[in-house]
Amino acid sequence: MTKFIKFLLVGTLFGIIMAKSEAISWYRIQEMFRFQSFHMYGIIGTAVVLGVLGVAIIKKYRIRDIQGNPIIFPRMEKTFVKYILGGSIFGLGWALSGACPGPMVVNIGYGYFTMIIVFVSAILGTLLYGMLRNNLPH
Amino acid sequence: MKDFIMNPWPWWFSGILISSIMFLLVFFGKSFGFSSNLKTICSMAGAGKKMKFFDFNWKAEIWNLVFLIGALVGGFITKEFLTTENAVQISEATKSELNVLGFSNPESIQPMEIFSWESAMSLKGFLILSFGGLMVGFGSRYANGCTSGHAISGISNLQLPSLIAVIGFFAGGLAMTHLIFPLIF
Repeated sequence: MTKFIKFLLVGTLFGIIMAKSEAISWYRIQEMFRFQSFHMYGIIGTAVVLGVLGVAIIKKYRIRDIQGNPIIFPRMEKTFVKYILGGSIFGLGWALSGACPGPMVVNIGYGYFTMIIVFVSAILGTLLYGMLRNNLPH
Repeated sequence: MKDFIMNPWPWWFSGILISSIMFLLVFFGKSFGFSSNLKTICSMAGAGKKMKFFDFNWKAEIWNLVFLIGALVGGFITKEFLTTENAVQISEATKSELNVLGFSNPESIQPMEIFSWESAMSLKGFLILSFGGLMVGFGSRYANGCTSGHAISGISNLQLPSLIAVIGFFAGGLAMTHLIFPLIF
Protein backbone atom coordinates (compact mmCIF):
# COMPACT_ATOMS: atom_id res chain seq x y z
CA MET A 1 0.00 0.00 0.00
CA THR A 2 2.73 2.44 0.94
CA LYS A 3 4.30 2.09 -2.50
CA PHE A 4 1.21 3.78 -3.96
CA ILE A 5 1.31 6.83 -1.70
CA LYS A 6 3.86 8.60 -3.89
CA PHE A 7 1.58 8.21 -6.90
CA LEU A 8 -1.33 9.60 -4.91
CA LEU A 9 0.78 12.64 -4.01
CA VAL A 10 2.05 13.19 -7.56
CA GLY A 11 -1.50 12.79 -8.87
CA THR A 12 -2.74 15.33 -6.35
CA LEU A 13 -0.04 17.77 -7.42
CA PHE A 14 -1.04 17.14 -11.05
CA GLY A 15 -4.68 17.91 -10.22
CA ILE A 16 -3.73 21.14 -8.45
CA ILE A 17 -1.51 22.25 -11.36
CA MET A 18 -4.22 21.49 -13.93
CA ALA A 19 -6.79 23.44 -11.93
CA LYS A 20 -4.56 26.38 -10.95
CA SER A 21 -3.25 26.79 -14.51
CA GLU A 22 -6.88 26.83 -15.70
CA ALA A 23 -6.00 24.12 -18.23
CA ILE A 24 -9.16 22.35 -17.01
CA SER A 25 -11.31 25.20 -18.32
CA TRP A 26 -13.44 24.81 -21.44
CA TYR A 27 -12.93 28.55 -22.00
CA ARG A 28 -9.14 28.17 -22.07
CA ILE A 29 -9.38 25.36 -24.64
CA GLN A 30 -11.63 27.53 -26.81
CA GLU A 31 -9.19 30.40 -26.52
CA MET A 32 -6.40 28.06 -27.60
CA PHE A 33 -8.25 26.74 -30.65
CA ARG A 34 -9.07 30.34 -31.63
CA PHE A 35 -5.38 31.39 -31.28
CA GLN A 36 -6.43 34.27 -29.04
CA SER A 37 -4.12 33.76 -26.09
CA PHE A 38 -0.62 32.52 -25.47
CA HIS A 39 -1.63 30.90 -22.16
CA MET A 40 -2.15 27.24 -23.18
CA TYR A 41 0.70 27.37 -25.72
CA GLY A 42 2.95 28.76 -22.99
CA ILE A 43 2.05 25.93 -20.60
CA ILE A 44 2.53 23.13 -23.12
CA GLY A 45 5.55 24.84 -24.73
CA THR A 46 7.38 25.28 -21.41
CA ALA A 47 6.67 21.67 -20.40
CA VAL A 48 7.91 20.38 -23.77
CA VAL A 49 11.13 22.46 -23.82
CA LEU A 50 12.03 21.33 -20.30
CA GLY A 51 10.93 17.80 -21.18
CA VAL A 52 13.20 17.61 -24.23
CA LEU A 53 16.15 18.92 -22.18
CA GLY A 54 15.48 16.59 -19.26
CA VAL A 55 15.06 13.48 -21.41
CA ALA A 56 18.28 14.32 -23.27
CA ILE A 57 20.15 14.71 -19.95
CA ILE A 58 18.74 11.43 -18.58
CA LYS A 59 19.85 9.61 -21.75
CA LYS A 60 23.29 11.25 -21.93
CA TYR A 61 24.21 10.49 -18.32
CA ARG A 62 22.27 7.19 -18.23
CA ILE A 63 20.47 8.31 -15.08
CA ARG A 64 18.62 5.54 -13.26
CA ASP A 65 15.25 5.54 -11.53
CA ILE A 66 14.77 5.30 -7.74
CA GLN A 67 14.90 1.50 -7.87
CA GLY A 68 18.22 1.69 -9.69
CA ASN A 69 16.82 0.49 -13.02
CA PRO A 70 17.83 2.14 -16.29
CA ILE A 71 15.24 4.68 -17.46
CA ILE A 72 13.76 3.58 -20.78
CA PHE A 73 11.52 5.94 -22.72
CA PRO A 74 8.80 4.21 -24.74
CA ARG A 75 9.18 4.46 -28.49
CA MET A 76 6.07 4.96 -30.58
CA GLU A 77 5.40 2.59 -33.44
CA LYS A 78 6.35 4.37 -36.65
CA THR A 79 3.08 4.45 -38.51
CA PHE A 80 0.93 7.36 -39.63
CA VAL A 81 -2.76 6.61 -40.08
CA LYS A 82 -3.71 5.77 -36.50
CA TYR A 83 -1.98 8.86 -35.12
CA ILE A 84 -3.55 11.32 -37.54
CA LEU A 85 -7.04 9.74 -37.52
CA GLY A 86 -7.11 8.93 -33.82
CA GLY A 87 -5.61 12.32 -33.02
CA SER A 88 -8.23 14.14 -35.09
CA ILE A 89 -11.10 12.29 -33.41
CA PHE A 90 -9.55 13.10 -30.05
CA GLY A 91 -9.27 16.77 -31.05
CA LEU A 92 -12.94 16.94 -32.05
CA GLY A 93 -13.90 15.68 -28.61
CA TRP A 94 -11.34 17.86 -26.83
CA ALA A 95 -12.72 21.07 -28.33
CA LEU A 96 -16.34 20.02 -27.74
CA SER A 97 -16.04 18.94 -24.11
CA GLY A 98 -13.15 21.28 -23.33
CA ALA A 99 -11.33 18.52 -21.51
CA CYS A 100 -8.82 15.80 -22.21
CA PRO A 101 -8.84 12.74 -19.90
CA GLY A 102 -6.80 14.21 -17.00
CA PRO A 103 -8.76 17.46 -16.74
CA MET A 104 -12.06 15.52 -16.87
CA VAL A 105 -11.17 13.91 -13.56
CA VAL A 106 -9.81 17.15 -12.06
CA ASN A 107 -13.09 18.87 -12.98
CA ILE A 108 -15.08 16.22 -11.14
CA GLY A 109 -12.94 16.79 -8.05
CA TYR A 110 -13.44 20.53 -8.49
CA GLY A 111 -17.19 20.01 -8.24
CA TYR A 112 -18.29 20.01 -11.89
CA PHE A 113 -20.19 16.75 -11.53
CA THR A 114 -21.70 16.82 -15.03
CA MET A 115 -18.15 16.03 -16.17
CA ILE A 116 -18.90 12.50 -14.90
CA ILE A 117 -21.04 12.11 -18.05
CA VAL A 118 -18.01 13.09 -20.16
CA PHE A 119 -15.67 10.75 -18.27
CA VAL A 120 -18.00 7.73 -18.43
CA SER A 121 -18.48 8.42 -22.15
CA ALA A 122 -14.70 8.47 -22.58
CA ILE A 123 -14.51 5.01 -20.98
CA LEU A 124 -17.24 3.83 -23.37
CA GLY A 125 -15.34 5.43 -26.27
CA THR A 126 -12.26 3.42 -25.31
CA LEU A 127 -14.40 0.28 -25.14
CA LEU A 128 -15.86 1.09 -28.57
CA TYR A 129 -12.35 1.42 -30.00
CA GLY A 130 -11.50 -2.01 -28.57
CA MET A 131 -14.57 -3.46 -30.28
CA LEU A 132 -13.90 -1.86 -33.66
CA ARG A 133 -10.12 -1.82 -33.81
CA ASN A 134 -9.74 -4.86 -36.08
CA ASN A 135 -11.83 -3.05 -38.68
CA LEU A 136 -10.01 0.28 -38.48
CA PRO A 137 -7.06 1.40 -40.59
CA HIS A 138 -3.88 1.73 -38.55
CA MET B 1 3.49 34.56 -1.97
CA LYS B 2 -0.05 33.89 -0.76
CA ASP B 3 -1.45 35.98 -3.61
CA PHE B 4 0.69 34.08 -6.09
CA ILE B 5 -0.71 30.74 -4.89
CA MET B 6 -4.30 31.90 -4.67
CA ASN B 7 -4.43 33.61 -8.07
CA PRO B 8 -4.42 31.62 -11.33
CA TRP B 9 -0.88 30.37 -11.99
CA PRO B 10 1.08 31.89 -14.88
CA TRP B 11 1.84 29.71 -17.90
CA TRP B 12 5.58 29.44 -17.23
CA PHE B 13 5.07 28.28 -13.65
CA SER B 14 2.42 25.75 -14.71
CA GLY B 15 4.63 24.49 -17.54
CA ILE B 16 7.60 23.94 -15.24
CA LEU B 17 5.43 22.00 -12.79
CA ILE B 18 3.87 19.82 -15.49
CA SER B 19 7.28 18.77 -16.77
CA SER B 20 8.21 17.98 -13.15
CA ILE B 21 5.18 15.63 -12.96
CA MET B 22 6.51 13.78 -15.99
CA PHE B 23 10.00 13.49 -14.48
CA LEU B 24 8.72 12.40 -11.08
CA LEU B 25 6.84 9.53 -12.76
CA VAL B 26 9.90 8.70 -14.85
CA PHE B 27 12.07 8.50 -11.72
CA PHE B 28 9.44 6.26 -10.15
CA GLY B 29 9.94 3.93 -13.12
CA LYS B 30 6.66 4.82 -14.85
CA SER B 31 5.58 7.06 -17.70
CA PHE B 32 3.16 9.97 -17.86
CA GLY B 33 0.07 8.98 -19.84
CA PHE B 34 -3.37 9.57 -18.41
CA SER B 35 -5.65 7.98 -21.02
CA SER B 36 -4.20 4.51 -20.32
CA ASN B 37 -6.44 4.62 -17.26
CA LEU B 38 -9.51 4.43 -19.50
CA LYS B 39 -8.20 1.20 -21.01
CA THR B 40 -7.34 -0.14 -17.55
CA ILE B 41 -10.87 0.58 -16.29
CA CYS B 42 -12.33 -1.36 -19.25
CA SER B 43 -10.04 -4.28 -18.43
CA MET B 44 -10.94 -4.17 -14.71
CA ALA B 45 -14.62 -4.25 -15.65
CA GLY B 46 -14.03 -7.54 -17.45
CA ALA B 47 -13.77 -6.41 -21.09
CA GLY B 48 -10.70 -8.66 -21.43
CA LYS B 49 -12.90 -11.75 -21.41
CA LYS B 50 -14.51 -10.68 -24.68
CA MET B 51 -11.75 -8.63 -26.31
CA LYS B 52 -8.07 -9.42 -26.49
CA PHE B 53 -7.23 -5.70 -26.54
CA PHE B 54 -8.36 -5.44 -22.92
CA ASP B 55 -6.86 -8.76 -21.84
CA PHE B 56 -3.77 -7.72 -19.89
CA ASN B 57 -2.60 -7.62 -16.31
CA TRP B 58 -4.42 -4.47 -15.22
CA LYS B 59 -3.04 -4.86 -11.71
CA ALA B 60 0.29 -3.58 -13.04
CA GLU B 61 -1.48 -0.32 -13.87
CA ILE B 62 -2.97 0.33 -10.44
CA TRP B 63 -0.32 3.01 -9.79
CA ASN B 64 -1.89 5.08 -12.62
CA LEU B 65 -5.38 4.67 -11.16
CA VAL B 66 -3.99 5.90 -7.84
CA PHE B 67 -2.58 8.87 -9.76
CA LEU B 68 -6.11 9.41 -11.16
CA ILE B 69 -7.56 9.42 -7.62
CA GLY B 70 -4.89 11.99 -6.77
CA ALA B 71 -6.05 14.18 -9.68
CA LEU B 72 -9.56 14.06 -8.23
CA VAL B 73 -8.23 15.07 -4.80
CA GLY B 74 -6.12 17.84 -6.38
CA GLY B 75 -9.20 19.34 -8.04
CA PHE B 76 -11.04 19.27 -4.71
CA ILE B 77 -8.15 20.83 -2.76
CA THR B 78 -7.83 23.62 -5.33
CA LYS B 79 -11.51 24.44 -5.18
CA GLU B 80 -11.70 24.35 -1.38
CA PHE B 81 -8.40 25.87 -0.31
CA LEU B 82 -6.37 27.38 -3.14
CA THR B 83 -8.70 29.65 -5.06
CA THR B 84 -10.27 33.02 -4.45
CA GLU B 85 -11.17 34.37 -7.86
CA ASN B 86 -13.13 31.93 -9.97
CA ALA B 87 -13.91 33.61 -13.31
CA VAL B 88 -11.42 32.65 -16.02
CA GLN B 89 -9.81 35.76 -17.52
CA ILE B 90 -9.98 34.86 -21.18
CA SER B 91 -9.22 37.33 -23.95
CA GLU B 92 -11.81 39.87 -25.08
CA ALA B 93 -11.69 38.43 -28.60
CA THR B 94 -12.69 34.97 -27.33
CA LYS B 95 -15.43 36.45 -25.15
CA SER B 96 -17.03 38.26 -28.06
CA GLU B 97 -16.79 35.26 -30.40
CA LEU B 98 -18.37 33.06 -27.72
CA ASN B 99 -21.05 35.70 -27.11
CA VAL B 100 -22.04 35.34 -30.76
CA LEU B 101 -22.47 31.58 -30.21
CA GLY B 102 -24.69 32.27 -27.19
CA PHE B 103 -22.17 31.92 -24.35
CA SER B 104 -22.18 34.63 -21.68
CA ASN B 105 -18.87 35.91 -20.26
CA PRO B 106 -17.09 33.53 -17.82
CA GLU B 107 -18.28 33.59 -14.23
CA SER B 108 -16.34 30.50 -13.21
CA ILE B 109 -14.01 27.88 -14.70
CA GLN B 110 -16.69 26.32 -16.90
CA PRO B 111 -19.63 27.63 -18.95
CA MET B 112 -22.98 26.85 -17.34
CA GLU B 113 -24.42 26.71 -20.88
CA ILE B 114 -22.72 23.30 -21.12
CA PHE B 115 -21.94 22.04 -17.62
CA SER B 116 -25.01 22.95 -15.55
CA TRP B 117 -27.29 19.99 -14.73
CA GLU B 118 -30.09 21.82 -16.50
CA SER B 119 -28.09 21.80 -19.74
CA ALA B 120 -26.69 18.29 -19.20
CA MET B 121 -30.20 16.88 -18.80
CA SER B 122 -31.49 18.43 -22.02
CA LEU B 123 -31.16 16.22 -25.10
CA LYS B 124 -28.74 18.56 -26.87
CA GLY B 125 -26.68 19.17 -23.73
CA PHE B 126 -26.44 15.46 -22.98
CA LEU B 127 -25.36 14.69 -26.54
CA ILE B 128 -22.65 17.38 -26.37
CA LEU B 129 -21.16 15.96 -23.16
CA SER B 130 -21.45 12.31 -24.15
CA PHE B 131 -20.19 12.71 -27.74
CA GLY B 132 -17.35 14.92 -26.51
CA GLY B 133 -16.26 12.24 -24.05
CA LEU B 134 -16.83 9.40 -26.50
CA MET B 135 -14.56 10.99 -29.11
CA VAL B 136 -11.84 11.75 -26.54
CA GLY B 137 -11.89 8.15 -25.28
CA PHE B 138 -12.06 6.60 -28.76
CA GLY B 139 -9.48 8.94 -30.27
CA SER B 140 -6.96 8.68 -27.46
CA ARG B 141 -6.87 4.89 -27.66
CA TYR B 142 -6.84 4.91 -31.49
CA ALA B 143 -3.91 7.35 -31.44
CA ASN B 144 -2.34 5.42 -28.54
CA GLY B 145 -2.19 8.43 -26.22
CA CYS B 146 -3.63 11.77 -25.19
CA THR B 147 -2.18 15.17 -24.34
CA SER B 148 0.05 13.81 -21.56
CA GLY B 149 1.29 10.77 -23.47
CA HIS B 150 1.90 12.43 -26.84
CA ALA B 151 2.13 16.23 -26.47
CA ILE B 152 4.25 16.06 -23.29
CA SER B 153 5.95 12.64 -22.94
CA GLY B 154 6.20 11.69 -26.62
CA ILE B 155 7.46 14.99 -27.96
CA SER B 156 9.92 15.29 -25.04
CA ASN B 157 11.38 12.02 -26.33
CA LEU B 158 11.37 13.44 -29.90
CA GLN B 159 8.90 10.87 -31.17
CA LEU B 160 7.68 11.80 -34.65
CA PRO B 161 4.44 9.77 -34.23
CA SER B 162 3.59 11.91 -31.20
CA LEU B 163 4.02 15.05 -33.28
CA ILE B 164 1.67 13.56 -35.89
CA ALA B 165 -0.86 12.79 -33.13
CA VAL B 166 -0.63 16.38 -31.83
CA ILE B 167 -1.18 17.70 -35.36
CA GLY B 168 -4.27 15.47 -35.39
CA PHE B 169 -5.41 16.89 -32.02
CA PHE B 170 -5.26 20.36 -33.56
CA ALA B 171 -6.85 19.38 -36.86
CA GLY B 172 -9.81 17.95 -34.94
CA GLY B 173 -9.96 20.81 -32.44
CA LEU B 174 -9.85 23.48 -35.13
CA ALA B 175 -12.52 21.71 -37.19
CA MET B 176 -14.81 21.44 -34.16
CA THR B 177 -14.25 25.06 -33.09
CA HIS B 178 -14.43 26.79 -36.46
CA LEU B 179 -16.61 24.52 -38.60
CA ILE B 180 -18.91 22.56 -36.28
CA PHE B 181 -19.50 25.04 -33.41
CA PRO B 182 -21.34 27.53 -35.67
CA LEU B 183 -23.68 24.67 -36.68
CA ILE B 184 -24.47 23.37 -33.18
CA PHE B 185 -24.46 26.54 -31.02
